Amino acid sequence: MANTDQSKIRNFCIIAHIDHGKSTLADRIIEKTGLLTSREMQEQVLDNMDLERERGITIKAQTIRTVYKAKDGEEYIFNLIDTPGHVDFNYEVSRSLAACEGAVLVVDAAQGIEAQTLANVYLALDHNLEIMPVINKIDLPSAEPERVIHEIEDVIGLEAQDAPLISAKNGINIEEVLEQITKKIPAPVGDPKNPLKALIFDSVYDSYKGVIIFCRIKEGTINMNTRIRMMATGAEADVVEIGTLGPGKFIPCDELSAGMVGYITASLKNVRDTRVGDTVTDANRPAAEALPGYKKVNPMVYCGMYPADGAKYPDLRDALEKLQLNDASLQFEPETSIALGFGFRCGFLGLLHLEIIQERLEREYNLDLVTTAPSVIYKVYKTDGTVLDISNPANLPDPSEIDHMEEPFVSAEIMVTTEFVGSIMKLCQDRRGVYLGMEYLEQTRALLRYELPLNEIIYDFFDALKSRSKGYASFDYEFKEYVPSKLAKLDILVNHEEVDALSFIVHEETAYERGRKMCEKLKEEIPRQLFEIPIQAAVGSKIIARETVRAMRKDVLAKCYGGDITRKKKLLEKQKEGKKRMRQVGNVEIPQAAFMSVLKLDEE
Amino acid sequence: MELYIHIPYCRRKCAYCDFLSFAGCENLQKDYAAALFRDIESRGGILSGRPRVETIYIGGGTPSLMYEGFYEELMRRVRESFDVADTAEISIECNPGTATRKKLSEYRRCGINRISFGAQSAKDPELESLGRIHRFEDVRETVAMAREAGFDNINIDLMMNLPGQTQDSFLESLKAVIDLNPEHISAYSLILEPGTAFYERYESRPDLLPDEEESCRTYESAVKFLSDCGYRQYEISNFAREGRECRHNIGYWKREEYLGVGLGAASLIGSRRYAVTGDLSEYLEKCRYASTEELSETDVINETIMLGLRMNEGIGISEFQSRFGRDAEENFSDRMKKYVEAGLAGFSEDRIFLKVKGLLVSNSILSDVMI
Repeated sequence: MANTDQSKIRNFCIIAHIDHGKSTLADRIIEKTGLLTSREMQEQVLDNMDLERERGITIKAQTIRTVYKAKDGEEYIFNLIDTPGHVDFNYEVSRSLAACEGAVLVVDAAQGIEAQTLANVYLALDHNLEIMPVINKIDLPSAEPERVIHEIEDVIGLEAQDAPLISAKNGINIEEVLEQITKKIPAPVGDPKNPLKALIFDSVYDSYKGVIIFCRIKEGTINMNTRIRMMATGAEADVVEIGTLGPGKFIPCDELSAGMVGYITASLKNVRDTRVGDTVTDANRPAAEALPGYKKVNPMVYCGMYPADGAKYPDLRDALEKLQLNDASLQFEPETSIALGFGFRCGFLGLLHLEIIQERLEREYNLDLVTTAPSVIYKVYKTDGTVLDISNPANLPDPSEIDHMEEPFVSAEIMVTTEFVGSIMKLCQDRRGVYLGMEYLEQTRALLRYELPLNEIIYDFFDALKSRSKGYASFDYEFKEYVPSKLAKLDILVNHEEVDALSFIVHEETAYERGRKMCEKLKEEIPRQLFEIPIQAAVGSKIIARETVRAMRKDVLAKCYGGDITRKKKLLEKQKEGKKRMRQVGNVEIPQAAFMSVLKLDEE
Repeated sequence: MELYIHIPYCRRKCAYCDFLSFAGCENLQKDYAAALFRDIESRGGILSGRPRVETIYIGGGTPSLMYEGFYEELMRRVRESFDVADTAEISIECNPGTATRKKLSEYRRCGINRISFGAQSAKDPELESLGRIHRFEDVRETVAMAREAGFDNINIDLMMNLPGQTQDSFLESLKAVIDLNPEHISAYSLILEPGTAFYERYESRPDLLPDEEESCRTYESAVKFLSDCGYRQYEISNFAREGRECRHNIGYWKREEYLGVGLGAASLIGSRRYAVTGDLSEYLEKCRYASTEELSETDVINETIMLGLRMNEGIGISEFQSRFGRDAEENFSDRMKKYVEAGLAGFSEDRIFLKVKGLLVSNSILSDVMI
């Protein structure tokens, strides 16, 4: 270790609204601190998941330690903790922030403050971080840095006159950012002699090293002889390796002391033992109390995941287990559907988390999945006084046993230019939103506050928001509370048989509309078969909508002689393959796409 | 075994046709004949000895376009290389506009005993839209000439579901054809094959073609009408007077071995399929039978099912069992059950078969019961 002087350490993160240039600035900082050649830069970027790059979202926290030689001649250690950039991972974000003393706030010079900018700033302020604004993308023709500076000062109340005006993409003015980091962001405090307290802000499973804990040492010192204990989970292990995080590589060292950021590997097999937010202490000299803020995050959104090919069930289980090694917030348990066979009910932090897991299962594990409509957890108060948490509509008790039900609500903030306020308010109203208020940030932009039922936003709310605002609205939400609600289970009957995987829970007011759209959609999705197929939507025993798929009358090859046999056999085999990819419900073959069509009911 | 001989020449390419054929290359006929004779002599290079042949089919293209004297030489060479049975069925396809008395008597002379006319329709406007070179009057005359030449086994081809065709207009065509008293009638539903003029014209305009209901009604009424007139349906598109079914085509559906000679021709020998190149200059240069498919047991079962169920007599159950084993048979019979219950298929004695309504949706059924 070249430098262990606390006063020369700067632990910070970068916060920004999506697409405002957080990852690009991170890359520039790493590059400018001189530790990476451009080839290594490429490698470092390649270390990220494909998904992250494609979606432009950081999913896992990334941490890099670099050394910056400042204009005052001193060398500073920068620990840059790159935080996940989505509301689904808010808790992870808050733990990453808790590991820092300061935050670089990146704001797009053209777009200004967006919903996630605010949400992130509030989170950072909650953790008493020093916030250092940076105006990015100043080279855009539409850049208005002056306006954005005023916006930051007016809306957030943050001094922004000397905010560096930069272009992360084109490397403009990055030096100024680095200098300001050394001057504005405070050095860490903490006594290396105190009992060990290290905050886990991330942990990953590596098949060679086992679990790797990323942590910030708040108090005390850890070395190779420490026996570590996680204060919340109680797991204990001997340290195998400790070190700091060079760009794209692990750099082992002998000890980490208060103020430093690094990694620990120990003989642990599962990230469930090393949960984000937990405190690592010395088992032989434990701290009196853990660091504040730990909570076990619980999934908010559930869905059934089934292998398209039933024989792949064990593969799906293995894949989920592997993903869970690295993702303590992913939950799953086996479930069975009459229509879809054996699968898993999986719990996610949010819809993005769900999509990410789904894509990773499909890409990294080559699984073809059928996913049922996402559901939230409903609280079902039964007449016998018991309360059930229901995430699978199929498990909803008979209506006669239900006293009442509650559904989760979130508080949402939507930032939008004033011209779209009307259509966004209409959307929120359609989604049973409760209007809380509106603030004008400046003349042309408004912040709308709503309470919304979570089950109305887990389908396609974000898409609807974007399409109604020409892409300009931004959105952030957090769980608020459970609220009593008149809910009903909507069942779909295909050829008079209930298809369990198509049932979902809706508010009574929207049941008819949903049922009708669902029947229409299924009529498009289910190919004609040799008999007529009625498709019905029902609440309880009451049919509320119906469509019919007409019978197929003609499907025949007129000619088949010597020269055509191979071609026609292939044709029929292909037709058969198509059928295999469908699910048999009673006599009816239902294509897999139909099970997912419930997700797209609100297409305009 | 069976022998198929392909003649790829046509005077003009019809709008619906995707068969391997060329318009306007009549001067190449001699070169093509030489290549054919070469392959007949070598029996495609895939058969040895002098195989016994029970049926021969000369198809096209337009076989009747070939120069005079060609068929006498062809049949002489066939008999040199193959042991053609005395009772063999020897068919030739003939375009009503291209046959002459002289050609017809040549066919008879060299032992051809069955002739098939591509009439397609008795309605001249329909013939015109199909791009055919003949009119229905030509069919009448040519059939009469064939009778005079001594043909006692005549087939006439018709097409269903042509643009603008209705149930009534098709039945009128059918009646005009039955008046000619052929031994055999084929009625093929139009298929839009990619690459044809019809495909370009109608693929995006299904509204110009008879709709599903109309075409089902046409088919069902045609089957009934033909049966009333003494033409029993024995395959999806084929009808014949008692004992006049086309033995050559039945051979395909029963998976008899066949050797195809000529451009693009297919063969089934043992468990292998072969194809001859479809490139004319390559074909003229040298004989080359490429094996395209080695048939697995599954392939054979699937072909047996998909071909067997095309025929009204269907599939013999005990025959199926002795060929493929008890499990395969039970599996097949089990899967057919729901179609029997739905009235689309039937069981009789030892056979399982599709009824007319089942034939109409045979692809859906076959793709379900194939393994």
